[in-house]
Amino acid sequence: MLITCPYCGPRDLSEYTYQGDANRVRPDPASTDQAAWNDYVYDRINTAGEHREFWQHSGGCRAHLLVTRNTLTHAISFVGFAREHGEPKHLERRKGGKA
Amino acid sequence: MSPRRSSAGGRVDRTRTIRFTFDGRSFTGHAGDTLASALLANGMTLFGRSFKYHRPRGVMTAGIDEPNALVTLLKGDIREPNIPVTEIEIYDGLNAVSQNRSPSLAFDVGAINQYAGKLISAGFYYKTFMGPVIGPLKGTRFWMFCERFIRRAAGLGHAGTTADTARYERMNAFCDVLVVGGGPAGLMAAKAAASDGARVIVADLEAAFGGTAKWSGDVIDGKPASEWAAELADELAGMENVRLLPRTTVWGYYDGNTLAALERVSDHKANPESGEPRHRHWTIRAKTVVLATGGFERPLIFPGNDIPGVMLAGAVERFAGEYGVLPGERIALFTNNDSAYAAAANLKRAGAMVVAIIDVRPEISAAARELASKAGAEVRLGQAVVAAEGGKALTGVKVRNFEAATGMISGDPASLAVDCLAVSGGWSPAVHLASQAGGKPEWDEALQAFLPPKPTQKWIGAGAFTGAATTASAIADGQRAGLKAAGILAQGKEKLPSVSEPALDPSPAPVLEVRAHGKAFVDFQHDVTADDVRLAHQEGFISVEHLKRYTTLGMATDQGKTSNVPGLAIMADARGLSIPQVGTTRFRPPFSAVSLGSVAGERVGHIRPDRLTPMHDWHVEQGARMYAAGLWYRPMIYGAPGETVEQAYVREAKAVRESVGIVDVSTLGKIAVQGPDAAEFLDRVYTNLFSTLPVGKARYGLMLREDGLAMDDGTTWRLGENDFLMTTTTANAGKVMQHLEYFLDVVWPELKVHVTSVSDQWAGAAVAGPKSRDVLAACVTGTKVDNETLPFMGIVHGEIDGVPVMICRLSFSGEMAFEVYCGAGYGLQVWEALIEAGKPFNIVPYGLEALGTLRIEKGHVTGAEIDGRTTARDLHLGWLLSKKKPFIGSAMMDREGFVAPTRLQLVGLVSLDGRPLTGGAHIVENGSAEQLGQSIGHITATCYSPALGKYIGLALVRDGKSRHGKRAVISDPLRDRFGPVEIVNHIFFDPDGSRMHG
Repeated sequence: MLITCPYCGPRDLSEYTYQGDANRVRPDPASTDQAAWNDYVYDRINTAGEHREFWQHSGGCRAHLLVTRNTLTHAISFVGFAREHGEPKHLERRKGGKA
Repeated sequence: MSPRRSSAGGRVDRTRTIRFTFDGRSFTGHAGDTLASALLANGMTLFGRSFKYHRPRGVMTAGIDEPNALVTLLKGDIREPNIPVTEIEIYDGLNAVSQNRSPSLAFDVGAINQYAGKLISAGFYYKTFMGPVIGPLKGTRFWMFCERFIRRAAGLGHAGTTADTARYERMNAFCDVLVVGGGPAGLMAAKAAASDGARVIVADLEAAFGGTAKWSGDVIDGKPASEWAAELADELAGMENVRLLPRTTVWGYYDGNTLAALERVSDHKANPESGEPRHRHWTIRAKTVVLATGGFERPLIFPGNDIPGVMLAGAVERFAGEYGVLPGERIALFTNNDSAYAAAANLKRAGAMVVAIIDVRPEISAAARELASKAGAEVRLGQAVVAAEGGKALTGVKVRNFEAATGMISGDPASLAVDCLAVSGGWSPAVHLASQAGGKPEWDEALQAFLPPKPTQKWIGAGAFTGAATTASAIADGQRAGLKAAGILAQGKEKLPSVSEPALDPSPAPVLEVRAHGKAFVDFQHDVTADDVRLAHQEGFISVEHLKRYTTLGMATDQGKTSNVPGLAIMADARGLSIPQVGTTRFRPPFSAVSLGSVAGERVGHIRPDRLTPMHDWHVEQGARMYAAGLWYRPMIYGAPGETVEQAYVREAKAVRESVGIVDVSTLGKIAVQGPDAAEFLDRVYTNLFSTLPVGKARYGLMLREDGLAMDDGTTWRLGENDFLMTTTTANAGKVMQHLEYFLDVVWPELKVHVTSVSDQWAGAAVAGPKSRDVLAACVTGTKVDNETLPFMGIVHGEIDGVPVMICRLSFSGEMAFEVYCGAGYGLQVWEALIEAGKPFNIVPYGLEALGTLRIEKGHVTGAEIDGRTTARDLHLGWLLSKKKPFIGSAMMDREGFVAPTRLQLVGLVSLDGRPLTGGAHIVENGSAEQLGQSIGHITATCYSPALGKYIGLALVRDGKSRHGKRAVISDPLRDRFGPVEIVNHIFFDPDGSRMHG
């Protein structure tokens, strides 16, 4: 699998570290809503198809990237800096871990 | 010249004789021979014994699909089992032995198994050896008794036990077009793709390029096809933008058009050239792939179809055409399609006697008839071989009338005396790589074969791989694919070579089995018969995947290259369905056997980088025993002659408590946290406040994970308003760095903070003990180090031996202590200056063991306690949890389970029997039998405490706080250590900290 880092160009998977599901919203830091925190920390949608996720170019520029990857084909349809695109929007997300 | 070798023709060099050994017997062959062709030329028919029944087996194919004739190669002490003889190029001194036979290939006692065939049919193991013990000869215990004998009787070759001394290497390659397969289609594709400068790689698993052109007898551009192919390969070899990889099997097709290949660089040589590896692994990234992998011929299934001498028609044709070897003196062919007729004509031309062609079809094409008459063979239409006869070699076949549509057999048998039967069940395109790339092969009714799926990655198919049946169409196909792959617009007037070849009917009859009495093999390598497939059906294992696992069909080293479609056909017939309705399994890498050495390449033995501190050599010179801590090497003890480890660390720790010691702390993780929002960022990352920390002071901090559990601890120093130096534990340096980067990039991109790993930029030494300030006072210039200038947790800048240093007064040992940091390049100079200044105070360098002892006495935690399961409160670090601000983990750390009184909490342990405690041992309430399995916690760290004069330890114990002063028992059955302990407060020594503050 190749991921095209916007800074370094196309690089092999071995240069990257998976940094988790990008479909989750971090609750307000002061929030004590345990359900929201539980969703954020533990629940994942486990999508079969297009999936937003973070990858760090740990063997390169070390930037975190937002990557949209098809979990069935590993086709990558989007790569951007997490700093610019990381804001999670996940209204499509349902409870109970189903996509 | 042997009687089986023709006097002319083929690719072998009859002027060069090569001597080799098979099963201890000496043979000769010629340059260009495979072990298969050379042994056949010597009249050998028996090559091996079968997997389960130990039936005699000969060579069946001429290529990578060979299921039967596997041998073990011996090179010195090294043995490599299960190599198909068809893939071994002979060289002088080659030494091969047959497999799965005892005592010899010709006389094998295991052959008794074939008479027990009914007892050891498919599912034998499951039925006999699984489940509860019922009677003496059933169940799992029976298996444990039988396993030894079965393992010896069943199977293939045995692996060697000596280390592989061969060298392997790995290569990466990038190209515009990768052509897999160097037959007519592949060579044409390469030429077309390379014509406009594209970078092209052509890989073929055999020694010579040309594929079927090497033996087909076609005429291309007025030349024999073999000559045409050799010239084209030479032309390609001369092009700068083309790389030819012979003896290279492309075995894996992965995401992003990444392919894996194995090049057998020197297996065919008696002595590799200097520096030449045995195998080379290739990782090839191709913009486009041309798959021209050809096809595999299928056998027909009839009783005795595994007797040595029954071979695939294309293989017999190839042995004659490429190697000038006739596998039999009287050859008959048995077919369901036209391709065998071309084989017959070519065999005749090579000098063979072709007795008959038996064809299940009632009618054949005119072209086939013409070829049959050229071959001088009797044509028996509407007939089938109902039995092949013979033991270790074929003696004849029985033929009867056969109705293709119904499979009905009738009429009196006719006997034909032949020593070779060439069979053809039609051809299956080698769709393996296309299937690996993703996509399901599609059944073609006319060709009776699975054709490649629609591409899911960037590949283009060509030649027999796509089902093309003629050389002319393969060549045209190849050219088209090559142009397209290279992005060249086809003009429609590209020159194509002219091909003269017979016009055959590409459609076989839909017949793969002749049902008659006797063992008829489908999977030759795993001894799966047609009846086994029907048995699986009868017992309900009807899905393709179940069939495969129940019978082991297609699971041998050949991965079902010859057995896949016949097996499906029999299951389809049993279920009354069509083959596509039954389905096919997905092919997975590797396409054929891959040496593990090639995958490892040069990554053998110690392959991690070593991280050494600037003072490393000094430690070694001082007799330090070094200890691997992750990638770092750290002194464990500086042992004096005759000292035990315990004596050494006790001496070192004592020196720290009584006078002064020095320890290398360069390995600590160090991260520069800088920027206008640095203080705010640290407030969010640490559980305690850092924005209130004055410049020139340090503070101990604790980080939690998002889930509220403790993650790492360390001190962070405020060097300037917007400039902090964070230290982490050695083991967590990378993890903490990544954690900080994640939050800055993903969660709080608005914070103006930059983090930089500076672990390797700073060298550090901790000087600890009552005399530590005296040591510094003796060598530091440019600053005072008295209590006023450098209070507890204070930072000063100065110089030691002219080198700028940064000194922070903090303590891990519980003594007054200072950490001295300088640029890593000056680490040794500063270290030696400190040692020199410490001499009047008898300064002692100390290692990890003493460091651990000092921290256990003080109850300080490390990774052994911050183990991913403990909370801040479990470790008595609740005082660090700020209530003034949210921080990472603050929302989740108060969950019910994290504040329950039954949690494991940090305590101290004192050994009451005067013996050492063992790390990892469990703790139980008392020594009674029922208590021994009831763990209330475990020991995380142990030492002999010179300050207390006792063996002590730290432990995580359920509801530990309430157990202070109580007795318990440690239980360590693995190391046979049981004994009483007293549970105490985790701080053993100087609980009010007067020594470090003083």
